[in-house]
Amino acid sequence: MLRKIVLVMGVFAIAALGLSLVSAQDTMGSSVMVSPDGEIVIGVAAALSGEGLAPLGEDIVRGAQLANINRPTVKIGDVEFAVSLDPQDDTCAAEGGQAVANRYVSDERVVAVVGPMCSSACRAAGPIFDAAGYTSISPSCTAPDLTDGTFASFNRVVPTDAFQGVVDAEFVFNTLGITRIATIHDGSPYGEGLVTVMAEAFTELGGEVVFQDAVNVGDTDFRALLDRVADADPELVFFVGFIAEGSRLASQRFDAGLDEVAFMGADGIFSPDFISTAGEAAEGVYVSSPTPSSEIYDAFVAAYVEEFGVEEPSGPYHANAADAYNVILNAIEAVGTVDDNGDLVIDRAALSEAIRATTDYEGLIGTITCEENGECASAAITIYQVMDGAFVLASETMESE
Amino acid sequence: MTDSQSHDAAPQPGTVDMITTTLLKNTLYNPLRLAGGLLLFLLVYVAVTNIASGNYTLEAFVRQSITGLAQGGIYALIALGYTLVYGILLMINFAHGEVFMAGAYVGFFAINAMEQSGMLADHTFLALLITLMVGVVASVTIALLLERIAYRPLRGAPRLVPLITAIGASITLQQLFLRLFGPDPRVYPRVNLYILPGIFRDLECAEVSGAQVCKGLDLIDGLYRVDVLGMNLRIRPVFFLVAFFAIVLMIALWFFVQRTKTGKAMRAVAEDKNAAALMGINVDRVIATTFVLGAALAGAGAVLFALYNQQVTPFMGFVPGIKAFTAAVLGGIGNIPGAMLGGFFLGIVESTGPALLGISSQLKDVIAFGLLVLILIFRPTGIFGEVLAEKKA
Repeated sequence: MLRKIVLVMGVFAIAALGLSLVSAQDTMGSSVMVSPDGEIVIGVAAALSGEGLAPLGEDIVRGAQLANINRPTVKIGDVEFAVSLDPQDDTCAAEGGQAVANRYVSDERVVAVVGPMCSSACRAAGPIFDAAGYTSISPSCTAPDLTDGTFASFNRVVPTDAFQGVVDAEFVFNTLGITRIATIHDGSPYGEGLVTVMAEAFTELGGEVVFQDAVNVGDTDFRALLDRVADADPELVFFVGFIAEGSRLASQRFDAGLDEVAFMGADGIFSPDFISTAGEAAEGVYVSSPTPSSEIYDAFVAAYVEEFGVEEPSGPYHANAADAYNVILNAIEAVGTVDDNGDLVIDRAALSEAIRATTDYEGLIGTITCEENGECASAAITIYQVMDGAFVLASETMESE
Repeated sequence: MTDSQSHDAAPQPGTVDMITTTLLKNTLYNPLRLAGGLLLFLLVYVAVTNIASGNYTLEAFVRQSITGLAQGGIYALIALGYTLVYGILLMINFAHGEVFMAGAYVGFFAINAMEQSGMLADHTFLALLITLMVGVVASVTIALLLERIAYRPLRGAPRLVPLITAIGASITLQQLFLRLFGPDPRVYPRVNLYILPGIFRDLECAEVSGAQVCKGLDLIDGLYRVDVLGMNLRIRPVFFLVAFFAIVLMIALWFFVQRTKTGKAMRAVAEDKNAAALMGINVDRVIATTFVLGAALAGAGAVLFALYNQQVTPFMGFVPGIKAFTAAVLGGIGNIPGAMLGGFFLGIVESTGPALLGISSQLKDVIAFGLLVLILIFRPTGIFGEVLAEKKA
């Protein structure tokens, strides 16, 4: 019996090894061929399920879809090729990022990917895209170390948290005049990264971080933690994570007697869903977000509202997703060639280079110029406050460099 | 079990001296127990130093215990369902967390409709009772369907098979609710249920046409500052309501199992299904009844949970389900008072543990599950598990 099991396992192991070798050979240094009546497929990886995550992921997909509606084809010479999207669920987790990345690299029609959504997923997808020679542009992965040169395939059109954290700290210390804060994150690379940057910047400004802790995603009762926060007596609670935990913390803080203590979150809770879930507890909450404010952006939001029949976008990243889509299409136009059969040929390595060579593209989030490490966003962070059930501006938009 | 019995048999029983020696021997000769004992000692040491350094006060302990009590009550209500089904079928119903979720979800539609129609404001008590009923009925329906579709056809199969089915059923139910109602959380309305205006004379008072009218204690949404023994506490009556509810239901369940004819049949089926069938007991019906009982408790717990935590999502049953299962094992799976005790123990340890040891709240599950391991090292069948285990053997 045991021998049989070992035998079967051995066969599987050899088969898996063989398959991985074959797939590696297939994709290394490859190019994509698209026939004239075929479609250029762009992957969109975002969280489409999951409590408090799906609204953010849906927003990214809609942003890309709207961009696709506005610009449905790529023109190479005088031949037009249709572009279609392939949205997949990255579950905002490392396993999900891995799964979607594997799915995309096994489908050689996929030219490039918008996404993944969360830094954990981006970190997991990076090595897989790298190995397959793919390229991706994330509209929302903000962890600072993603662009430290580890991943050739990773680009982003969203400012790094290294910037958002500093803006948040300056806002709390200078604008609100608060000197004692408590920080809570959700244990994700995004949450921990942004909290660390913010706490460092805040301490440098002269403030004091009186309590630091984290919550587990999926937990429902944070009252004991908030009770500890209350004992440390901060003037503001800074939380980085997503809607589910954010809205629970915001609601339950009253049970711990934090009525007079301000609550601030970041882009992970910048969604009307946060307000509808937390209800009255959302009132007065500050939220920082890289959501731009400009005329072309407002026009885009108006089109979004009309197209999808919603009152407002369900997350902060629709513009970033649209820009990511357009940067990819620009790069395809730059490197795509039509061969003798009339097929479009896109070399993956050239595409990757073309994306990083993007300069002065006027996107929705501002002027996009990519650097060698994949950092493409001209950073702009705005801080909002919830007033009467809606986000209103609490500060001027702060831009980097 | 076996090794502790062999040690127990060695010395002469009776004198206190002998008992201490046995205990000491049991601990010292068993490396696992020795390690467990050392770990326990370390935990106590860390806690004591933390208290001695003034970082942890009795006030904080009491405050955190109160929230832990409510959480524990919810765990206990779910754990009773696990324990009942395990006691009878020796099967772990991993979809029980989803039965809990279904109760909260369907209860939401009821209470939301009643809020829209204004009934919730006019006849609060009646509306809450209806919501509770709807939640219970929904949970019971789901559990009956589960039993009929997923478990009954596999009753003769090896024990691993229904376990896998249960996990499958759990995921299926989650995804079903996700597709039906979407991933966005549903939010229970805030409910004010005023009781006992005669006793709580100075609460929620307002001037109504010149006269002072007091509504009494707000049982659900109320939050009161109370000073007891120099401790400044913030108390939500709903926490005590949940704990009280859990205890009452546990006692009712215990009486049902011990004193009624159906209960007797349940115990008979637990002992030996075939013999029970030969004695003229309808085994299928008894098993269905067990699922109904467990689901009813979970449904009631779910509505209570949602009343003070507001948010309801397709995934809300997963974590409490796992915790409740832990609670059931902690108390001795198959044992009714054990599940209850395990639930409260887990709830309180979870909420007081991190602050007591002065570590991150993220580690509260580590503390809870670590204690589970420790307890299982010293009592492999859980706190109350032994009696039943012997009966089975």
